[in-house]
Amino acid sequence: MNAGLIFAAEATTAENNPLLNMSIFLAFVAVTMFVVIRASKNNKSAADYYTGGRSFTGSQNGMAIAGDYLSAASFLGITGAIALSGYDGFLYSIGFLVAWLVALLLVAELMRNTGKFTMADVLSFRLHQRPVRLAAAISTLVVCFFYLLAQMAGAGGLVSLLLGISDKLGQSLVVAVVGVLMVVYVLVGGMKGTTWVQIIKAGLLIAGAAIMTVWVLALNGFDLSHLLAQAQQISTTLPEKAYDALVPGHKYGANPLDFISLGLALVLGTAGLPHVLMRFYTVPTAKEARKSVVWAIWLIGIFYLFTLVLGFGALVLVGPDAIAKAPGGVNSAAPLLALHLGGPILMGIVSAIAFATILAVVAGLTITAATSFAHDIYANVIKRGTVTPNAEVKIARRTVLVIGFLAIAGGIGVQGQNIAFLVALAFAVAASANLPTIIYSLYWRGFRTRGALWSMYGGLASSIILIALSPVVSGTPTSMIPDANFAIFPLNNPGIVSIPLAFALGILGSILPGGKKENSWIAAEMDVRSLTGHGAEKEVHH
Amino acid sequence: MSTEDIPQKEHHRIDYPAFEATPKFVELKKRHRSFVIPVLIAAMLWYLLYVILATYASAWMATPVIGVINIGLIMGLLQFVTTFGVTSWYVSYANKKLDPLAAELRHELEAKQKAGVA
Repeated sequence: MNAGLIFAAEATTAENNPLLNMSIFLAFVAVTMFVVIRASKNNKSAADYYTGGRSFTGSQNGMAIAGDYLSAASFLGITGAIALSGYDGFLYSIGFLVAWLVALLLVAELMRNTGKFTMADVLSFRLHQRPVRLAAAISTLVVCFFYLLAQMAGAGGLVSLLLGISDKLGQSLVVAVVGVLMVVYVLVGGMKGTTWVQIIKAGLLIAGAAIMTVWVLALNGFDLSHLLAQAQQISTTLPEKAYDALVPGHKYGANPLDFISLGLALVLGTAGLPHVLMRFYTVPTAKEARKSVVWAIWLIGIFYLFTLVLGFGALVLVGPDAIAKAPGGVNSAAPLLALHLGGPILMGIVSAIAFATILAVVAGLTITAATSFAHDIYANVIKRGTVTPNAEVKIARRTVLVIGFLAIAGGIGVQGQNIAFLVALAFAVAASANLPTIIYSLYWRGFRTRGALWSMYGGLASSIILIALSPVVSGTPTSMIPDANFAIFPLNNPGIVSIPLAFALGILGSILPGGKKENSWIAAEMDVRSLTGHGAEKEVHH
Repeated sequence: MSTEDIPQKEHHRIDYPAFEATPKFVELKKRHRSFVIPVLIAAMLWYLLYVILATYASAWMATPVIGVINIGLIMGLLQFVTTFGVTSWYVSYANKKLDPLAAELRHELEAKQKAGVA
């Protein structure tokens, strides 16, 4: 086993071919750019730009949702987490999957029937437009920003591993290239182009993971328990920090409440992620929105089952030591496994897929944030709905440039910082600030504007304040600011406090006396339309 | 309430509060909610139970069942099975019980709207 470890560690530097990785990645960019430019020909109206003319089929949109959702954190992060922490990495992936039941059962179809372009369309449907829309847009922008920052920083970290660029300037350059590509995709292709990038990426990612999974299984005589037994044997005989990879508790065992808090955020956050919700508007009907989620659940679920095999495969074939010591650490498990299996070419393909993953996810976040700013804040809050759709799209395009600039600056700024918590924080904010109001406005007639504002601002503020006061930010050697200590909140994820708080604030704000009266006529309209699909936004025909 | 707060004015020809009280719509709403709410609550509790067992009862989860396959692995894989199962169950329920009724009501509403415009 030791010989194997040394071999793997040496192989990283000797066999990894940055030029090959780069050219495979450039081929992906060339193909997607071609598709994006072709797709952009019909981008005329606001509905075209924001929703791709609502003309995608359920299966296409399901692929795109998987492409949007399976970020680098899922592919590299979960494979690595299983390779280094065994069962606990698997535990993490399950929350991401089960979460889709909330989207499927409660949200997707009713949202598609009542909204137009953004999450705020639905939340402000029957409440007082401007304050609710503003709150929903702010929370959309915050979630997108955290998520975007995490992805951009991930891009910087990935290059050190995949392209052999380890100096600060080189990494900053790569972050800038990712940012510029993302802006070009979104400016040129709008939602249609972005969707195609996500579809292509999802296809590549799932196919790549499938090939590696079959390969790992083949090496184990297609006997999963053989692979698991080896993983158990290696993990229980590690020279230091031996543990059982098949038993939960290695990573989260020390603070169980912390994982429960994270698990709540994961399972309730997905259905409140604005870039996921916006995808429901790209299909013509609620039934297609349902089909999208069904496709997404199957694709995402099967993908996580692949990562289970890949993670244990990396643990057995590459070894925890080689992974931990490789540049990129835990994130290097999947690329190193590819190198072990198929040599530099497979590693190049997997590396390019990882990059494609980041590109597709940041493009989806950017168009969501830009749409929310232009449609919610500019057109409806500032201009009170007096803007022409063309002027609105113009603002959206300018916003894309601003977001691109912020993402590049932020991505360079946070380099080397430990910001892996940002994705989990984005889920916590989505679960606290967005989900309660989404559910209440669709299912509870007594819900009122004040409840929505209390819940959204309360959920947003409590999750951010709690994370600022947590060990993630200060007080431990691995914190963002290791030298200070103001961590008075003991958990790494705020969900267990902020989610129930936001649900409670929504109820309190609605039932306590005072506050504005609501229009019961519109509430009835929303109810009827959400379930029947009457008056839902139609597909654009060219 | 100011006029700017009223969205989708073109649909206001239909008396939505009256339509909402029609037996067919009440039935559609009942069918939808009586499925999605209990099923989702059950799925969430099942997930929560799994997470609590995995974090607080990891020793029990380590109990081997077949070879190296332990309770924890089986429980984890069961989460996949139940997620896929609930998804398929909902799709068949919606196809049979929700979609036909929703389509019928939608056609009624469209006819009403046409009549209102004319």
